[in-house]
Amino acid sequence: MSRIVVVTSGKGGVGKTTTSAAFATGLALKGYKTAVIDFDVGLRNLDLIMGCERRVVYDFINVISGEANLKQALIKDKRSDNLFILPASQTRDKDALTQEGVERVLKDLTEDGFDFIVCDSPAGIERGAALAMYFADDAVIVTNPEVSSVRDSDRILGLLQSRTRKAERGESIREHLLITRYSPARVASGDMLAMEDILEILAVPLIGVIPESGSVLQASNSGVPVILDKESTAGQAYDDFVRRFLGETVPHRFLEVEKKGLFKRLFGG
Amino acid sequence: MGIFDYFRTSKPKTAQVAKERLQILIKHERIDRSGPDFLPQLRNDIMEVIRKYVQIDEKDVNVQLGRVNNYEVLELNITLPDRTAQ
Repeated sequence: MSRIVVVTSGKGGVGKTTTSAAFATGLALKGYKTAVIDFDVGLRNLDLIMGCERRVVYDFINVISGEANLKQALIKDKRSDNLFILPASQTRDKDALTQEGVERVLKDLTEDGFDFIVCDSPAGIERGAALAMYFADDAVIVTNPEVSSVRDSDRILGLLQSRTRKAERGESIREHLLITRYSPARVASGDMLAMEDILEILAVPLIGVIPESGSVLQASNSGVPVILDKESTAGQAYDDFVRRFLGETVPHRFLEVEKKGLFKRLFGG
Repeated sequence: MGIFDYFRTSKPKTAQVAKERLQILIKHERIDRSGPDFLPQLRNDIMEVIRKYVQIDEKDVNVQLGRVNNYEVLELNITLPDRTAQ
């Protein structure tokens, strides 16, 4: 049975696609056969973050409408044999995304032996976002330490608890909170909501805190998921997050202001 | 009290302000969500009816669905304006 995980947030620009790319890559590198699906019909970007934008031939909507089969549309990742990307359509009407169509694609992926299916949700609460979460077993809620993001995350939590197949069956989705763009220095100076404050407000189990890091932009510039940047704090934090998701107990890192040593102070770094 | 405390502003930190604002807002939004779908519309209809007779503000009407023992209780709390203020 595949485990279906939606990466969602409500608000745009908080790091859903960055997280989906890092998460799917991390799962694949740990040996799990993983598919990552872009649900943002009309505004596809997962292909760009994954670095496979020039290899897109068919997309999710083509598969749903029967113009291509799943094998033709899935793009095999260059870095991992276990990872496949299903891009969103760039041109088609959003209405082409149907619940039956999504269900069929997820079922086919399950039958193909995928361990994990990561659904990269679009921002907002419209059809694409609703369908990305509908069949999920788990939800990763991506939140920035910023008021509008926290509020939207709470709204999304309400939808996860009412507008999903699990909720309709009286079961519940496993929720995991991932805080991104965290700046311990700004938290220390009182200008940024602390991780503990966000947890207190949203009351969702924490799965990771990704520090604000220049390497996220560098990674997206080059189309390489940031989890592959083993030197960067963000890459390491994403790796911790994947391991926690797989059940390991990993202490949280990068929550305190880094004290620069004499060497770093003199020579930078 | 150190000498540096003297220079500290008494203004609350913005993160603290953010937390308090979010706690209030989210509490209200959760109440709206937890009720049946008709609750916001019901509130609007009640407002319309009362406005035929008295000018009231959105904040003067409080609609809440609660539970007492085994009964669901719809609680309406409407603050009518001061007569002298009319």
